[in-house]
Amino acid sequence: MLGIAPFALVAGIATVDAGLGLAEAVGMSVIVFAGASQLAALDLLGENAPLAVVVGTAVVINLRMLMYSASIAPHFAEYGRRLRAGLAYLLTDQAYALSVAEFDENPERSRWRYYLGAAASLWVVWQIGTVAGVVLGAGVPDAWGLTFAVPLVFLALLVPAMKDRPTTVAGVAGGATAVVAVGLPLNLGLLVGALSGIAAGLVTEVTAS
Amino acid sequence: MTGALGAAVASPRAWVAIVAIGVVTYAIRLSFIHLFGRIDGVPARVQRPLRYVPPAVLAALVLPDLVTLRPSVAATLLDERLIAGAVAGAVAWRTENVFATIATGMGTLWLFRFVVFA
Repeated sequence: MLGIAPFALVAGIATVDAGLGLAEAVGMSVIVFAGASQLAALDLLGENAPLAVVVGTAVVINLRMLMYSASIAPHFAEYGRRLRAGLAYLLTDQAYALSVAEFDENPERSRWRYYLGAAASLWVVWQIGTVAGVVLGAGVPDAWGLTFAVPLVFLALLVPAMKDRPTTVAGVAGGATAVVAVGLPLNLGLLVGALSGIAAGLVTEVTAS
Repeated sequence: MTGALGAAVASPRAWVAIVAIGVVTYAIRLSFIHLFGRIDGVPARVQRPLRYVPPAVLAALVLPDLVTLRPSVAATLLDERLIAGAVAGAVAWRTENVFATIATGMGTLWLFRFVVFA
């Protein structure tokens, strides 16, 4: 649960680095509430990328939540529309992972209560961490390079995501392409890198089977 | 900058982006939770590429922040960010701990920036 605290701090620091303030930091953490996409969007906003590229990049990053939504949906099927709509807002990588593991282990337990407890705690840690990051980011000199914590957070998520050959190829290809594509107009480098990585993973999977 | 606690820059652009990303992201989260029973899970054609979204996206986010291609190989490799990233990557692999990864990465960056390359 507290593992997301440094991530949230970094989101706050990145907001300051993008030239935005506390209102935008809180607004983004409440309205978007999805760390990786927030950091990518902040980076692109700071570089004055076109809005379509900012939004498109963030959406591609969040597409993975389609899988979580599909996987957790049967567990929420018995609940009413309003409750499901509320539970959906809090869906994150961690809330999903914690809840699905718990539902498998203790099928009798109230699912919405467990999920809400985990997901709402994550939400609170995320909001507090973001605000703390804004304060910290505003107070520490630029020379310390605090924004370097952004790629470090992603690195900590990337390493376990490369768990077999196709996913490793997807990572290596996506990263290498993004490095080469860094000069592309409209800051399209990240999007081009990500799509190349996905394609490379698929090709590896097909040729292996 | 007027200080980060006030609005540093009036930024309607940022708010448009925040709301647009928020609305689409919520739709993604709600999708199957809302439609359950009417659609049987994610079609395989959609599911397969989604498996590669996290590694591809994360690597595309990380690598350009660690590597800047320079005219010589030595200049590209002797970069404090790349060295710090390599150390942090090793720590991430061994510990799978976000905090340890950030701490060693920042520590290595500062060591090279303020001591070794200073």
